Amino acid sequence: MKSCKIVSRKFDIEQSHTLNIAREHGAYNAVESAFSLDGEAIIEIIKTSGLRGKGGGGAPAGKKLSLIPRDGKRPSYLVVNADESEPGTFKDRQIIAKDPHLLIEGMIITSYAIGAHDAYIYIRGEYYQFQKILQEAIDEAYAAGIIGEKVMEHDYRLDITVHRGAGAYICGEKSALLESMEGKRGHPRLKPHQPEPEWYFGNPTLVSNVETIASVPFIVKNGADAYRQYGTKSSPGSLLFGLSGHVNRPGIYEVEFGVSMFEYIEHFGGGIKNGKKLKAVIPGGASTPVLTVEEAMCANLDYETLRAMGSSLGTGGMIVMDEDTCMVSALKNLLEFYHHESCGQCTPCREGTGWVDGILATLLEGKGRQEDIDRLLDVSGTMNGTTICVFAPAVSGVIDAFVQKFRGEFEAYLKEAR
Amino acid sequence: MSFAFTNENLEQIEALKKRYPSPKALSLPCLWIAQYQEGMISLDAIEAIGTLIDTPSMEIYRVATFYTMFNLEPVGTYHIQLCKTLSCALCGKAEILEHLQTKLGIAAGESSADGRYTLTQVECLGSCGTAPVMQINDRYYENLDRKKIDSILEVLK
Ligand SMILES: Cc1cc2nc3c(=O)[nH]c(=O)nc-3n(C[C@H](O)[C@H](O)[C@H](O)COP(=O)(O)O)c2cc1C
Ligand code: SF4
Ligand code: FES
Repeated sequence: MKSCKIVSRKFDIEQSHTLNIAREHGAYNAVESAFSLDGEAIIEIIKTSGLRGKGGGGAPAGKKLSLIPRDGKRPSYLVVNADESEPGTFKDRQIIAKDPHLLIEGMIITSYAIGAHDAYIYIRGEYYQFQKILQEAIDEAYAAGIIGEKVMEHDYRLDITVHRGAGAYICGEKSALLESMEGKRGHPRLKPHQPEPEWYFGNPTLVSNVETIASVPFIVKNGADAYRQYGTKSSPGSLLFGLSGHVNRPGIYEVEFGVSMFEYIEHFGGGIKNGKKLKAVIPGGASTPVLTVEEAMCANLDYETLRAMGSSLGTGGMIVMDEDTCMVSALKNLLEFYHHESCGQCTPCREGTGWVDGILATLLEGKGRQEDIDRLLDVSGTMNGTTICVFAPAVSGVIDAFVQKFRGEFEAYLKEAR
Repeated sequence: MSFAFTNENLEQIEALKKRYPSPKALSLPCLWIAQYQEGMISLDAIEAIGTLIDTPSMEIYRVATFYTMFNLEPVGTYHIQLCKTLSCALCGKAEILEHLQTKLGIAAGESSADGRYTLTQVECLGSCGTAPVMQINDRYYENLDRKKIDSILEVLK
């Protein structure tokens, strides 16, 4: 299996986070290509490339860009989502630490395309040591005249500001992120109308994932077709897929969309630790429904295959579990996470996560009753479709998949109880 | 105990104001600056921030209590935060926790009597590929095992 180096091209180069080394390897070359075009032309290229958002949702990136009004009547903003808090996901951090200039380059092009002059990076508070690398890169870019009053001698102002979060998973949700950046609690907004664009202090704002923005320079420099050479028809390009859990070589390995999940785990992950057998894979961050080994064996790493299996590609961060893993404990672990991270605005989410966590605790203590297993599914049902954001429905999908696919393990705890 | 930002910090805040459409955006940056200045967030600091960025101090308080990284109570000189989420749990977090508790003589959620260490368990640190992981103050320590813990604690002594 071949790796594919669109975003990770400079990752293995020593000192790749410094401006000089990055420039030796082509950093900021795409800015010239971009400024020879107008914003609409750039958006057109991104649309044609089929680039999809890499923050978990997979929405077409070009369309999102085109929804930012370019009438010059009011400011617009670009906000890069570097909250990266979805368990199993640690890809954006690689870009920030190893090739921050690629992110800055992508931000220049994207800001120019939507007409934004102020761009922000919202980074999770825990990533402080990576934030420092990023800030140094931004400072170097200012000093070299790459950003600031002029972008590389073009008559275009761009300021980039890093905004540090402070520990709240929900701030990765884009409207919660903007609430947080407005200085408030990170509560997702009620969105009765169109989901895009988002609004920052009442002005149209594009919120995009780090890796999405870091894919833009390649596309603008090499053209949409070059990007479409990789991946499948409806999942073009590549992703920084990741492996954690019971594999021999956990890590981030970029490949094109559409490759076999099992081969990916074997090839890059070096198979399952300690010669054990595979039991289950969470395909794309904790919030995507778990796959059984049979499903994992025939899954391909693209949006359409995983959706057809009732799961989702999510962030591409796979959590691999071996044959000895207790699926009840694994689900309990995730529910503790969700219970802690629910923002608390919606009753089904706030109460449901705590309730399910409690039932699982009872089961694990050997005090469960027969009806508890169906109650897990009942509570899960109440969390689906009645909340402000998709946090609760996602948790519901997680609970259902664990209970339905590994029901025997849940029932085994009941037998012990008797 | 009253609170006042140092001049240097005030300058930093004034410079940041130019970067945002409204000073209200600065609640998180100001809370961070206050926490670095004092080691924690006091009610007086919350009051001062509210005045500085034109926001009711009750709102700043609500914000400070929403985010887990702001300490409204004092923490040890070394705040050890061990990740407890799934990938770390699958890769031996329980053993690491036990070892830390034994070595430090405190349970998770507690601080040592001399005020040097606080041990807490936290959710996913976004470092699942190098599990188990912990954070001590602003730094990550990855691929932990007992030996590594021993040498890290040795350096902190
Ligand atoms: C609960 C929740 C958490 C999220 N966390 C993140 C995150 O950490 N990083 C991210 O880029 N997107 C996250 N998202 C998705 C964002 O809302 C948003 O769709 C994304 O940042 C848009 O960027 P993209 O179109 O480039 O993917 C999260 C969504 C939800 C519902
Ligand atoms: S679904 Fe949960 S996380 Fe989302 S807004 Fe409601 S309470 Fe908050
Ligand atoms: S689960 Fe521990 S860092 Fe992600």
